[in-house]
Amino acid sequence: MSQSNRIGGGLIDRSRSLDFRFDGRTYQGHPGDTLASALLANGVRLMGRSFKYHRPRGPLTAGSEEPNALVHLRVGARQEPNTRATVAELYDGLDARSQNRVGSLSFDLLAVNDLLSPFLAAGFYYKTFMWPKAFWEKLYEPIIRRAAGLGSLTMQADPDLYDKGFLHCDLLIVGAGPAGLAAALTAGRAGADVILADEDFVLGGRLNSETFALGDASGPDWAKAAVAELASLPNVRVMARTTVIGAFDHGVYSALERVADHLPEPLPGKPRQTLWRIYAQRSLLCAGATERPVAFRNNDRPGVMLGAALRSYTNRWAAVPGKDVAIFTNNDDGHRTAEDLVAKGVRVAAVIDSRADAPRTNRYEVLAGAVVTDASGRLGLTSVKVRLASGETRTLACQALGVSGGWNPNLHLTCHQRGRPVWNEALAAFVPGGTLPPGLTVAGAAGGVMSTAGCLASGAEAAVAALADLGRKAKPADLPEAEDAPVRITPLFHVPGRGRAWLDQQNDVTVKDVKLAHQEGYISVEHLKRYTTLGMATDQGKTSNVGGLAVMAEMTGKSIPETGSTIFRPPYTPVPIAAFAGRSAGKDFRPTRLTPSHHWATEQGAVFVEVGMWLRAQWFPRPGETHWRQSVDREVLATRRSVGICDVTTLGKIDVQGTDAAEFLNRVYANPFAKLAVGKVRYGLMLREDGMVMDDGTTARLAEDHFVLTTTTANAVGVYRHMEFCRQCLWPDMDVQIISTTEAWAQYSVAGPNARKLLQKIVDPAFDISNDAFPYMGCGEITVCRGLRARLFRISFSGELAFEIAVPTRYGDALMRRLVEAGRTFDAVVYGTEALGVMRIEKGHAAGNELNGTTTALNLGMAGMVSKKKDAIGSTLSEREGLNRDDALILVGFRPVSRDETFAAGSHFIAKGAVANAANGQGYMTSVAFSPNLGHTVGLGFLKNGAARKGEILRAVNPVQNAETLVEVVSAHFVDPEGERLRA
Amino acid sequence: MLIPHPLLGPRDAQEFTCLGDASLIDRPDWQADNAVDRFHDYLYLRDNPAGVHKELWFHEQGDRSWLVVTRDTRSHEIISAELARDVARARGRSR
Amino acid sequence: MHDLAALTPLGGTQPKTDRIGSVVITEVTDRALVSVSCRPGGAKTFGTAARKLFGMTLPGPGSWAAGDRWSLIWTGPEQWFAEAPFASHEDIARIVKAGLGDTASVTEQTDGWVRFDVEGDGVVDLLERLCPVPSRRMTAGAATRTLLEHMGCFVVCRTEAAHFSVIAPRSFAGSLHHAFCAAARSIA
Repeated sequence: MSQSNRIGGGLIDRSRSLDFRFDGRTYQGHPGDTLASALLANGVRLMGRSFKYHRPRGPLTAGSEEPNALVHLRVGARQEPNTRATVAELYDGLDARSQNRVGSLSFDLLAVNDLLSPFLAAGFYYKTFMWPKAFWEKLYEPIIRRAAGLGSLTMQADPDLYDKGFLHCDLLIVGAGPAGLAAALTAGRAGADVILADEDFVLGGRLNSETFALGDASGPDWAKAAVAELASLPNVRVMARTTVIGAFDHGVYSALERVADHLPEPLPGKPRQTLWRIYAQRSLLCAGATERPVAFRNNDRPGVMLGAALRSYTNRWAAVPGKDVAIFTNNDDGHRTAEDLVAKGVRVAAVIDSRADAPRTNRYEVLAGAVVTDASGRLGLTSVKVRLASGETRTLACQALGVSGGWNPNLHLTCHQRGRPVWNEALAAFVPGGTLPPGLTVAGAAGGVMSTAGCLASGAEAAVAALADLGRKAKPADLPEAEDAPVRITPLFHVPGRGRAWLDQQNDVTVKDVKLAHQEGYISVEHLKRYTTLGMATDQGKTSNVGGLAVMAEMTGKSIPETGSTIFRPPYTPVPIAAFAGRSAGKDFRPTRLTPSHHWATEQGAVFVEVGMWLRAQWFPRPGETHWRQSVDREVLATRRSVGICDVTTLGKIDVQGTDAAEFLNRVYANPFAKLAVGKVRYGLMLREDGMVMDDGTTARLAEDHFVLTTTTANAVGVYRHMEFCRQCLWPDMDVQIISTTEAWAQYSVAGPNARKLLQKIVDPAFDISNDAFPYMGCGEITVCRGLRARLFRISFSGELAFEIAVPTRYGDALMRRLVEAGRTFDAVVYGTEALGVMRIEKGHAAGNELNGTTTALNLGMAGMVSKKKDAIGSTLSEREGLNRDDALILVGFRPVSRDETFAAGSHFIAKGAVANAANGQGYMTSVAFSPNLGHTVGLGFLKNGAARKGEILRAVNPVQNAETLVEVVSAHFVDPEGERLRA
Repeated sequence: MLIPHPLLGPRDAQEFTCLGDASLIDRPDWQADNAVDRFHDYLYLRDNPAGVHKELWFHEQGDRSWLVVTRDTRSHEIISAELARDVARARGRSR
Repeated sequence: MHDLAALTPLGGTQPKTDRIGSVVITEVTDRALVSVSCRPGGAKTFGTAARKLFGMTLPGPGSWAAGDRWSLIWTGPEQWFAEAPFASHEDIARIVKAGLGDTASVTEQTDGWVRFDVEGDGVVDLLERLCPVPSRRMTAGAATRTLLEHMGCFVVCRTEAAHFSVIAPRSFAGSLHHAFCAAARSIA
């Protein structure tokens, strides 16, 4: 294949050729090419179809602002939609396909939309498809979704890795054009920690696209030397292929580094992209400027592009989109393009300059005071129609037209904290204004300084100022002599006339659409944007916003600054969702916490459940057990019959010490703690200040000034935070110190009639754990297995005779194995969270389902525990009338009237014969389990005035599953209501 | 955001948990005549201004200090950050 | 002497070491750890007792210090973690409490935590991918608690840009190890 449109020069490596495919055809390019430049070099101008009308389109730009040349890049699971061909680096084997078409790119069946355009103008959604209503969801929307759209997803999992990271610097410089490089040299030589980030893969910005000299060197050579010096400085981090996408509070920036997008696929173990969070003391925006087009009829023909893009393709990539090129401009920049093309030997058909006082030259024809009124060539430009100053029309044959409408500073990051740009008449453009993000300054073209010399100087000066602000001295870098031409522009945003003139090519918004919006009263810029969708595509209107605004200004008869301006939000350019996820994908979505018996449980084939970040054994299936209920029933029955062991390490443990520790606990718990004896444990009910129950647990007094309390697994973090709040903010002079000790101890519950016998085989004989020496709610520091320090608590969640034994976590695995071994004599089982849940429901113990943030001590049947004799968090507000009504919800038990029936948690209680609605609700079921001891389903629930309603028959109604069961109100204590077992 | 920790310097806000209005330090006297009303106001009638606001932040993934951060809720400008314990003492809280 | 075998936080019988590229990740299990909080009444006597017991002045916010046997990390206002060899100090809480008496609250922390040491030329590149603290600017003697891949950890700089310890809740050992290895492969 020949690269028919390739000319000499450029920053491409001609010593190597790269094969690539576009829409199934193979082409060749060179390292240094983008997909767009390589296609243009091969004579391909048509690269995509437009969003709404399926108009044939080619690249408008040569950078990240591209609205048109969006492609599917790569195949299979790595296929990425909406990739801008103008920034996709060419690599050997690149495979891209055009998108948003039905049929081929040159014969798209949906191009019929273009003929229907009178019906598809701005706001067509809101008008055309209003009626009949039912048609919207079923008919119109699916069709529109299919027809209008961009790329498609593969629906396969992304096989690549994405990384995240955090960087700190004194000065972040965004953009490595002349201003950014001068700033980086200045700050880098002064020894400051500098990050220089640029979205391009070759640093230098416009220097690589222009032919100006900087002193004795060419632009690209000067940039290359500057980058080489910066890279050699240990205090400077040069980041190519890195887009700073957002400016956040307090000098925090976000940047996307495309680590491997220029490779066929990332290297093994390496990320495809890295999302950086950059903490910058000061930052400097040197993001340059973006050229904007002038709208005229059919200005979206493939081959019509921005003048500066044409210059970039010619100078940097040695690719010219056509043999005959015309220029349409309202400022001197168009002539710069013409000069460069002539110098490269490209035929310039004419420069159509809308200004009557256009500069004259004999190197090419200048049509002063003329405008382009139409473009022909559906699949590629063939000619343009020009209205001359005389009023005559002339047709110029050309395959490419460079359009120069003036330059817009890339001020996007200055808007990320709601800074509003201001209009600059001399540039006919918005420049940064309002309140900039604190610590951010702007230099170079991004700040409206348009000449190369000006950029260099403003970059160096801004770096000096930024460092001075940090108390550091720096000397501006020595700068070469450079081009210093003034901006000469006579604003022109669109050429009036018939037909459709395109403003926003990505969202297919025309001058007519803006006029329509105005006619219909959408004159606020924000309304205009939303009604026409102008600027709302993935390019955020980088080339179209100002044009749209100018047309609206013309309609309203106001100036552009009076009409308004829109601001930008992050990200500057599109970012894959995967980059935001980083490594937190799949099983690594969040970290996992493992219990001390995890390895043992895994060996046993345990089924695990996630409880917060913890993985807990849910049950331990044995051979032959095919249903989870078989395992759970066995574990429950064996525990109640003999003895069971359960890992309860995940419960939060908080160490509380100090001479005021007892008084402190007395205030954070609703029930009294001051008089708890050393060596004893007490159940504690912790309220929120509003009187609702926050958490419950047990607290052991190990010494006069030393307690250990437990929290529920789920609330460990919140309870600790709350206790620190009480300690630091409410009672700052109390002598109390708290610290979490959850994971320092492996803690196992040993429960069942044989619990003591089992433990006696483990606990060293020096410690008497008989009922007399170690009664219910006793605790103590002991040793086990011949000398290992341990803690023993006689507490019970299951209702059985039970202990909790704790050893340093590293010995947890060994202790579990020892307990299981010692338990063989008793047919001991190890039980999981499911059996734990069944037993606590059988015993009527409240847990998370009951402590749901809406329940009080009274609701739980524990009103008597809230001491009125002391100050405690929540006790005052728990006295509020509304929380103490006679018909308050009270926790009671439920069983099915027909014992073989069952019911579900969440069911609501309705009286027999009453309509099942909210008004007739009597309460709700919170916890339900099958009790293998009783042989039927049991439930706990809150029932109005429940304590007085034992024996009553109600309906447990479950409208979600359309089920209802007759239930009897019973005591919540299904097993051992007198508590004889746990005191045995 | 960055929170200027009085002991540790600027720290990423993701290390913190925010509780809101720092008036939660001024917990009423439980033995006052109208204690229920006072607690009601203390708990529910807290300020949430558009402007300068004193807030409680907990350095949960740091040194476990509660801080009183004075912040402009419109611009996120942080005017000061103090240890809540010092603020509490200055407001007369003790034991 | 009891006969229960200890497991490392990663679940092995011996601590694990991984070499990936220029980074060495080591599970450190031979240190005992205890938290020490100064009680308000005894601030003065606490300082004297602590200096005598640990043989050094207590480090201030954001820092740590080491002596012959002990090393101390500032963990919060009036609170430190003290580290000593496990072999000689397994019952570290009792030892420290005996030395500090009622001037301090002392809590055993040894098995509440996992310590990984990360060493090598790439160690800062590794930490930059995992946590927001400015590890590149930390010098020997700096220590701070922060978030690392959603896990609350202490990051302790032993040797500038060359050797750090990361001390995290023990139950996170597997996830933290995975994070280190993944980040090390990404920079290798």
